[in-house]
This record gives sequence, C-alpha cells and structure tokens, in this order.
Amino acid sequence: MTKARQAGPLFGALLLVWILLHGSLQWQVVVVGVVVAAMIALLFSGAATPLHGFRRTQAGLRAAFGYLGYFFVELVRANLKLAVIILSPSLPIRPGIVKVRTRLTNPVARLLLANSITLTPGTLSVALEGEWLYVHWVTVVSDEVEEATAEIVAGFERYLEVMYG
Amino acid sequence: MVELLLSLAALLIGVALLFALYRFVRGPSPADRVVAFDVMTIIAVTAIALIALLEGRGIYLDVALVYALLSFLGVIVIARYLERGL
Amino acid sequence: MAALLELTGAMLLVVGAFFLLLGGLGLVRMPDLFNRIQAGTKTTTLGTVLSLLGVALMEPQWGWKLLLIALFILFTNPISAQVLARSAHRTGEAKSCKTVVDRLEEDQQA
Repeated sequence: MTKARQAGPLFGALLLVWILLHGSLQWQVVVVGVVVAAMIALLFSGAATPLHGFRRTQAGLRAAFGYLGYFFVELVRANLKLAVIILSPSLPIRPGIVKVRTRLTNPVARLLLANSITLTPGTLSVALEGEWLYVHWVTVVSDEVEEATAEIVAGFERYLEVMYG
Repeated sequence: MVELLLSLAALLIGVALLFALYRFVRGPSPADRVVAFDVMTIIAVTAIALIALLEGRGIYLDVALVYALLSFLGVIVIARYLERGL
Repeated sequence: MAALLELTGAMLLVVGAFFLLLGGLGLVRMPDLFNRIQAGTKTTTLGTVLSLLGVALMEPQWGWKLLLIALFILFTNPISAQVLARSAHRTGEAKSCKTVVDRLEEDQQA
C-alpha cells in the first residue's frame, strides 16, 4: 500500500504526459495510458516528480499559483534586462559568483529553486552544497551572503516554503 | 500580413542559428561549444515548430519533442564527460 | 476572430524569434563561458515558449503537444545550463577579467 502511495505522483505525471502527447481523451488512449503509467510507476516508485512532497492543501495550491505567476513575471524581466545588456555597445556587466543561503530541505523544492534562479534576472545556479547555493551573477550588486540571499533567493523561497513545507 | 510576419520570424531564427554556429566553430573551450550546441538545438526546436506550421503537418512536432529530449541528454552526458571522463 | 488569433500568433512568433536572436547575439558578445550560458539559457527559454505559444494560437488543435514541448524545455533548459556551469567551474574554466568575486573558488581552496 505504501508502495502504491509512493508511486502515485509519478503515475499522475506519466499519465499527464501521455495524454498531452496524444492530445485527446478517447477512452482507448486513456486506458492504455493508465496501464502503462501504472506499470512504470510501480517499477520506478523511487523516482522523484514535481509532485513529491507537495503539500496538497489550499494554502499549498494558492502558493503554487503565486509561484507560477511570479516565475513568469521574473522570466520576462530577466529577458528584458539581458536584452538591454546584450544590445548596449559597452556591454555593462560585472560578473561574479556569490554565495547565498537557502532554508529549503525538500529535494524537489531545491531543484525548483535552483531552476528558478537560473531563469531569473542575471543569475545562474552553479553549485548547491547543503544550505549553500553558489550563484553566478551577471551584475553583482552585493557579495554579502545576507544581502545577496534577500536579492536572489527570498522571492521564490517564500512560495516554495509553503508548497513543500 | 501573417505571411510577412512568418517570413520575418524564419529570418530571425536563421540569423540566431548563424550566431550560435559562430560560437560553436570559434569555441574556444569545449564547454563553449557545448553551450552553443545546446542553444542551437533549442533554436532548432522552434524552427521545426515553424516548419510544421508552414507545412501544416502536426507530425513534425513529435520530431521537435524528440529533438529537445536528445539535446538535453546530450548536454548532460557531455558535461559529465568534461568533468571526469566517461 | 480567427484572423485576429492568427495575427496575434504570428506576432508572438516574431517576438519569440527576436529573443532567440538575442540569445545568439549574447553567445557571440559575452566575454566568458558563464555569461554565455546566462545569455543562451534565459533568452532561448522565453523565446521558445513564446514561439510555441504563437504556433498554438495559429493551430489550436496542436495545443497540447506544444504545451508538452514548452513544459519540457522550461524544465530541462535550466538543468542543462546548471550542470554545464558546474562541470566547467570544476575543471577550471577561464573567467572573464571583469569578474569581481568568486566565492565558490574561495571556499574550495579554504
């Protein structure tokens, strides 16, 4: 029973991919998808999916939507900022690798945090060791741990903490 | 109007591919070439989607999906190889 | 209505292609590997997602498959960038002379 419960999130993710791939909800497609997804999910029940450890409460769901909205706004901001840098003749960069701290312990939350940092204005995760995250920054504002953390990590951590508590 | 915009998009994608190809050829380090390769494949995914649109063939999107998948695996494997050999 | 959707889709495609072009230009202009990864990853991610959205507006019946491709790229593009950045840093990839600080190197030597 515990194995089946562990495999639940993977089953859901696989079924979703299958249905998106077919783009239809005909019963033949769904039945084959359920069978195949269940078999794979039981074989590889240890594999992580974005749903592992997700807090299935109203607060978690609200945080997930907040996270998505914030993420896309930041993604667009990141690109506009980078566009300005790339298109200006003097190439105004001040690159460096800074160290920031994260409180997240759930592996999926940490993966999402690192990914989000990579796609947000001027930052790229280079290494993640324990609570320390090393981030390459195109325009270093501050190399103090606390200030850099507030600048880079805090925005996403606020949502991820609620989502994966 | 739509035709014109699509031609413009195709032109921009083509030039983007040329820029990435320049970095791929110039290097200088192997890692630079891998980045250029990664960018080229992602641009190619968009190009394939555009071709699917122009030709009206949805089946090409499967090609784009598999291409994105292979590019990801390729970059991960090459990065590991650069780090400590196979 | 359909014509308007088609026009919006084509415009999104052009905007997406423009970001892809910026990514290519960034690859050429940036001085070292880490900055090139930054320029290459962010712009191509947004560029591809916008272009695929544009295609989805023009051919709505392809929407689900395009969504799958966009989700896949949103997930894997930053991962491959991070893996590459980490392996390049470990193997001592040269950094631009403009680099002001490298805490990772300092900590590894400590």
